Amino acid sequence: MKLAIVKYNAGNIQSVLFALERLNIRAIVTDDTNEISTADKVIFPGVGEASTAMQYLRERKLDQVITALKQPVLGVCLGMQLMCAHSEENDTNCLNIFDEPVRRFHLNKTHSAGVKIPQIGWNKIYNVQSPLFEGVDQGYCYFVHSYYASLGEHTIATTDYIQPYSSALHKDNFYGVQFHPEKSAETGARILENFINLV
Amino acid sequence: MMDPVGDITIREELEASQLHSGLCKRIVPCLDIKDGRTVKGINFENIRDAGDPVELGALYAQQGADELVFLDITATVEKRKTLSELVNRIAHKINIPFTVGGGISSVEDVSVLLQNGADKISVNTAAFRNPQLLNDLARSFGSQCVVLAIDTKKEEDGHWYVYLNGGRVKTETLCTDWAREAVERGAGEILLTSMNNDGTKKGFALDITRELSTTLPVPVIASGGGGTMDHFMDVFTEGSADAALAASIFHFKEITIPDLKGYLHQRGINVRL
Repeated sequence: MKLAIVKYNAGNIQSVLFALERLNIRAIVTDDTNEISTADKVIFPGVGEASTAMQYLRERKLDQVITALKQPVLGVCLGMQLMCAHSEENDTNCLNIFDEPVRRFHLNKTHSAGVKIPQIGWNKIYNVQSPLFEGVDQGYCYFVHSYYASLGEHTIATTDYIQPYSSALHKDNFYGVQFHPEKSAETGARILENFINLV
Repeated sequence: MMDPVGDITIREELEASQLHSGLCKRIVPCLDIKDGRTVKGINFENIRDAGDPVELGALYAQQGADELVFLDITATVEKRKTLSELVNRIAHKINIPFTVGGGISSVEDVSVLLQNGADKISVNTAAFRNPQLLNDLARSFGSQCVVLAIDTKKEEDGHWYVYLNGGRVKTETLCTDWAREAVERGAGEILLTSMNNDGTKKGFALDITRELSTTLPVPVIASGGGGTMDHFMDVFTEGSADAALAASIFHFKEITIPDLKGYLHQRGINVRL
């Protein structure tokens, strides 16, 4: 099996590679459009800022390559947010695979002091409904983010922080997770394994 | 514990803060590293080599630690290479987030550690001496991987002051002032060690932890003084900490992570089980 990780200017992907290695999967990290298009599975990672990431993707036509993929694709963290239509982060138009909007967390007066933005740490995913979460019921995953995808028709997992939001999305061959499966202990490893085993 | 009235208020506040959030309080074991080996006493069975930080870290991860901190206290010129090799080994093995600290003073230092798989780095004295370092790190790598460690001590005047060089050098700067400036410059988390409490096993410094955690927009990791499970309970409620760090009580198995998390869970604290 050939697994490609999309190489671009958003964050380091070392921990994704190591997590796959622990599952005995060797991945290639590439921004070569042909390599990505011909891979069996594609992981679209990312930690960073939406507008600079989208600009980089557009300049290399990677935006067109990603949206045209027919094989299973997994967006992680910023990768998932970029697969949505639009992000409030610097008012950025994204890949428009999922139509759930990406918004910034906002505190209101009912929240006590001590609720932080970004959310950093472990939170529960629930209402999971996808083969991606086989064997994972109400698992805890590791999150680091200030923006979130709203709930919508593509939501396949929900998490509560300030309000309920989409911790995972799915449409056709496209999957996205807001958390970092590569850092989410056994639960995360199982989710990556489930993605690898998708047909 | 505080007086009953104060206690009720804090309890209600905790419940309110957890109402809209499933975010867990984090338990963070800390491993001190010298020349690539864990130092301080360690008392573990079922571990082949107690001095190997990778193996000990993996054991903690397996037991349910939410995050690990590796603090390098080596003082040799070979240090940087040893540390990056160690980070690489840790990253291969550990499936939870981990922070690396100790002697980091430049963007280049951090770049090497992140390329080898570290999730976060912590800076202390170097950032105080050169606060621009925080801006540079946040711009290069994002605030999410920049942890500012502060060693602080309450003086006779009742104020908490910043100390440098592992607590050997006193400054005239107040802990709260430095923490606020550091967050404005791009620190994404504060690792707060109370020198008054560290090593005492008499509990965390609740007042300064609470002051920082309720006024800063970033998470605060409380460190120093955790000796009983109640101390952790107190630092998450009265101290309003987002995470609590400890070393020797875990190394010596005075408290195990599963027991601690079970204890906190039973008392209404949101933890990852």
